[in-house]
Amino acid sequence: MPLLEIKNLQVRVEDREILHGLTLTVNPGEVHAIMGPNGSGKSTLSHVIAGKPGYEVTGGEILFKGENLLEMEPDERAAKGVFLAFQYPVEIPGVATMTFLRTALNAQLKARGEKELSTPDFLKKVRTIASALGIPQDMLKRGVNVGFSGGEKKRNEVLQMALLEPSLCILDEMDSGLDIDALRVAADGVNALRSPDRAMVVITHYQRLLNYIVPDFVHVMTRGRVVKSGGKELALELEAHGYAQFEDAA
Amino acid sequence: MNLVLTKDEAAGVLGEEFAQARKRLPGAGEVAHFRQRAFDSFAAAGLPHRRIEDWKYTDLRALMRKVWPLAPAPSEEALARAASTVKAHAVSGARQLVLVDGVFVSALSDLSRFESGLRIRPLREALEGDSASLEQLLFVPQDQAVVALNGAMMTDGVVIELSEGASLDRPIHLLHVASSHQPVSIFSRSRLEIGRKSRAMLVESYLSVEGADSYQINDALLLSVADDARLDHVRLVEDGIDALNISSSFATLGARAHLNAFALTAGGAVSRYQTTITFAGEGSRVESSGVNLLNGKQHADTTLFLDHAVPHCSSREVFRAVVDDRAHSVFQGRIIVRAKAQKTDARMMTRALLLSDEAEADNKPELEIFADDVTCGHGATAGALDEQLLFYLRARGLTEREAQALLVQAFVGEAIEEIADEALRDMAMATAARWLSRRG
Repeated sequence: MPLLEIKNLQVRVEDREILHGLTLTVNPGEVHAIMGPNGSGKSTLSHVIAGKPGYEVTGGEILFKGENLLEMEPDERAAKGVFLAFQYPVEIPGVATMTFLRTALNAQLKARGEKELSTPDFLKKVRTIASALGIPQDMLKRGVNVGFSGGEKKRNEVLQMALLEPSLCILDEMDSGLDIDALRVAADGVNALRSPDRAMVVITHYQRLLNYIVPDFVHVMTRGRVVKSGGKELALELEAHGYAQFEDAA
Repeated sequence: MNLVLTKDEAAGVLGEEFAQARKRLPGAGEVAHFRQRAFDSFAAAGLPHRRIEDWKYTDLRALMRKVWPLAPAPSEEALARAASTVKAHAVSGARQLVLVDGVFVSALSDLSRFESGLRIRPLREALEGDSASLEQLLFVPQDQAVVALNGAMMTDGVVIELSEGASLDRPIHLLHVASSHQPVSIFSRSRLEIGRKSRAMLVESYLSVEGADSYQINDALLLSVADDARLDHVRLVEDGIDALNISSSFATLGARAHLNAFALTAGGAVSRYQTTITFAGEGSRVESSGVNLLNGKQHADTTLFLDHAVPHCSSREVFRAVVDDRAHSVFQGRIIVRAKAQKTDARMMTRALLLSDEAEADNKPELEIFADDVTCGHGATAGALDEQLLFYLRARGLTEREAQALLVQAFVGEAIEEIADEALRDMAMATAARWLSRRG
């Protein structure tokens, strides 16, 4: 069974249709890149999969492990294994990162009817992941993303991903605002999470990120639909020739 | 008297209650005269109403439809019920003092092993005994009808004195427990006076036993902090669902004194906590913070008056209200900086979080500055929870309620952080967490 099946998805925001019949199938273990110019609907797609309010699905469907994802609340989707790494992770003053991580993990375990982690086991797990990502312990005591640099915020997203162990990771413009060094650290963290059971959808404007997270499939998205799909070489072609050729096709 | 009846029915009923009760209220002679004067002063004004500026948002004539009979001394059964409530809310390491339906109960209180310099008496005993400290107890400010009523009707309370240089190694925990299954009214008054260079912590809890939901409390608390002394005061209100709680506190600070005060209201149907803090000596500082956590149809009013009467003092107020359903939160903060109070540093920030469309929060900061070399500021905001933050948390698996609870906790944490003592801070956080878990 595919992990994620998006069939002819149509989405409106207020009075404007953003996605006009998008179709995409993702199997476990695969890494898909979705590339496209600004305004092509890439971020809308990631938000709709995660369940962000404010989007109206007017047609099509999204199945996740065979279940209708669109009927689920955002937290149900998370507990089922959907993870969105945000393009702009929010700052939450007054909520310590450690408290947030613990609350999130326990909420998901509870929703799945699994046993919560003991405090020592939880701390050990977080510390192991954090040190692999080069996140200092004192950052975990601070408010979620408060005063974090762009790179630290993205690393914090990867930390959450590693802790929550989702089966589908959607990375929304993970490279935005990162220099090469920060990008490499975040990408290494993501690559460490690649596994036969887990799929990734990497949304990006630039080919650069795909040098670090090498996809199995590349899809070109313009004006709210996928206009071309191919292997990783498609990304290089886009880098050389730009999106204009597809804009015309769409 | 007839005049009162026509103006205000509740005040008329209170007049009858006072007439009936006065013979059994503690204190004769000077005290009895004081009670009569205080009642006359109350009767002339009646219950405060919305046309009195200070009570604009808390119209007691409308909110206090009935006057419940004066609480009888608690029965054995009532004391047994109160004992289990006291036990459930005991603060480890604290010296417990218990008022049940406004009556000091020594059997539930810890009156052993007094630290050097500490003296504790029931108010009743002080009113009936020597007259040395009567003057301070027989206090009613101008134009404060509810405090005048408290002076007329005060039944009991505690009088705590700490002498110069003494330092309490454990907090005093004063529990106000309502135990009556019948609706009653409770009038209590307490006083805490701490001497020069002394140090004390006072925690107050307002609680009710299971089944005691409907009662009316009128409490007054007189605090005196001498030169170079420090007082930490935390007040946690978790009254019964139909309770009315009108509490007034008056604090006077000497020179280089420090008051760290915090008040949280999470219970009761209608409440007002009005506090007056007066700087009487130079170089003192006050932090006075508070939180209202309200839902259903609760109404809670926090009214603060800071009187910068002398130079070189600082004050800082941080207030947060979380208002759900059709509840109504009121914050009034008035700071007066008198002409000679140069070099005053006064700051007040109040924020309200509205969790429902029908919730209401009124914030009224007022600064009256008559000195010209001061730093003063205030700010007020009101708004809903940030949708972006909620979605971020929900995308990580938190349910809507869990996400709200985490953000509400962070929001009120900004005021709770102002509590200087860590153990007291934890108590306040636990009270807030209880409110959130009751909310579900």
